[in-house]
Amino acid sequence: MTLTPERTEDIEIRLLLDAIYRKYHYDFRGYSMASIKRRLTQARTHFGHETFSQLQDRVLHDATLLPALLGYLTVQVSELFRDADYFRAIREQVVPHLRTYPSLKVWVAGCSAGEELYSLVILFREEGLEDRTLFYGTDINPEAIKKAEAGVYELDRIPLFTTNHQRSGGKSSLSNYYTAAYGAAVFDKTLRKRVVFSDHSLVTDAVFAEVNLISCRNVLIYFDRDLQDRAIGLFKDSLTRKGFLGLGAKESLRFSAHSEAFAEFSRQERIYQKKGGAL
Amino acid sequence: MSEETNPQRIAQAVVMGASAGAVEALTAILPKLSRTFPLPIMVVVHLPADKKSFMAELFRAKCPITVREADDKEPIEKGTVYFAPPDYHLLVETNHSLSLSSEEPVLYSRPSIDLLFETAADAYGKGLLGVILTGANSDGAKGLKAVVKAGGTAIVQEPQGASSPTMPKAALQACPDALVMSLEQIANYLQEVTANA
Repeated sequence: MTLTPERTEDIEIRLLLDAIYRKYHYDFRGYSMASIKRRLTQARTHFGHETFSQLQDRVLHDATLLPALLGYLTVQVSELFRDADYFRAIREQVVPHLRTYPSLKVWVAGCSAGEELYSLVILFREEGLEDRTLFYGTDINPEAIKKAEAGVYELDRIPLFTTNHQRSGGKSSLSNYYTAAYGAAVFDKTLRKRVVFSDHSLVTDAVFAEVNLISCRNVLIYFDRDLQDRAIGLFKDSLTRKGFLGLGAKESLRFSAHSEAFAEFSRQERIYQKKGGAL
Repeated sequence: MSEETNPQRIAQAVVMGASAGAVEALTAILPKLSRTFPLPIMVVVHLPADKKSFMAELFRAKCPITVREADDKEPIEKGTVYFAPPDYHLLVETNHSLSLSSEEPVLYSRPSIDLLFETAADAYGKGLLGVILTGANSDGAKGLKAVVKAGGTAIVQEPQGASSPTMPKAALQACPDALVMSLEQIANYLQEVTANA
């Protein structure tokens, strides 16, 4: 097979990602390229540039562009209690184990605008575990973290959130947790009293706490295999013995270099448990 | 030396998109392909997000060719049909592996036919056959255009024979030079593919 030269556009994308990393330390170089390319194409159109090289020139010389560009590069689409069966499995299968601990730490890695985090806080409150739990919500995108801290969602998303919550085995009414005003649902600030939000990158940052449960759903699919392995290694090192790792419906540890460190806890819902003993 | 341009000889991969009437249309095509069919086929069918995917199971039982629901980061293998999982976009990487994504729906659809076709066009260029089947919306038209632009071949189910003609019509509007075929002709066309993938 003859070696075809890399296409100009693909070279430009590599250079742009390299520029963003060198200048701003956001590392998208190990992300899945098909999705990155599409979103950078949207960004290029949005900023009115003909080529990715022009976009690179602009972002290198104008730091004010970065937040908007990060908005394109990071995917921020979720729902409260997205995949109700996952949260039902957390409630019915994981919570009984967690209940045996006097204090708990939960990490939502890649928390985006906070949907998954609020889902877990509400679930823990319903199960009487909230008061003994510290929640960490981390994301690389500071704008997303601001949204998560605000806890404000468009009112027209609430019916879906409510249905999801009920289907997940919710023991209360979701309307207990928000106030509706001006087309928005503002989630109760008491839901955040046990939450610490922080900037954290699964690509470049290290372990920051020892936790009992990590929920990281539909984040790893944007990484290539090497980066997935790095993130899973980070999860392994962050979990307590017998700690739990919940992934997205189409994510698994099957191909991971760290798969031996985990046991399948709920195969269907992609929940794993770190093995006990020396590793 | 003249360069081979017959799409049936240079094809490396097939992408298909269908919506309303998809099961019936795919039933007229996929089970006809032999076990030794030389190309991978990536398929997006619009389904409600909360439905567990039954497409892969349904067609596994009907087809001699291997049928799977696509997994994230899976290397694409020839002679295999990959269905997009419900509520995820299916994307093709330039290294010929599959990626899933939960980015926002496109034209209210996740999975999106446009996204599969656009990324596959980028990955396979002239080696791609894009097939648009029955459907009640215009998803796929933009994607099929990308397939043509990258040098690939566009195939559209003839609208009058489609149980829902909107999608084929929109695809033809975007790609007037697409090959227009009945389901039977599409099945025959694919069977005659002698890939050099």
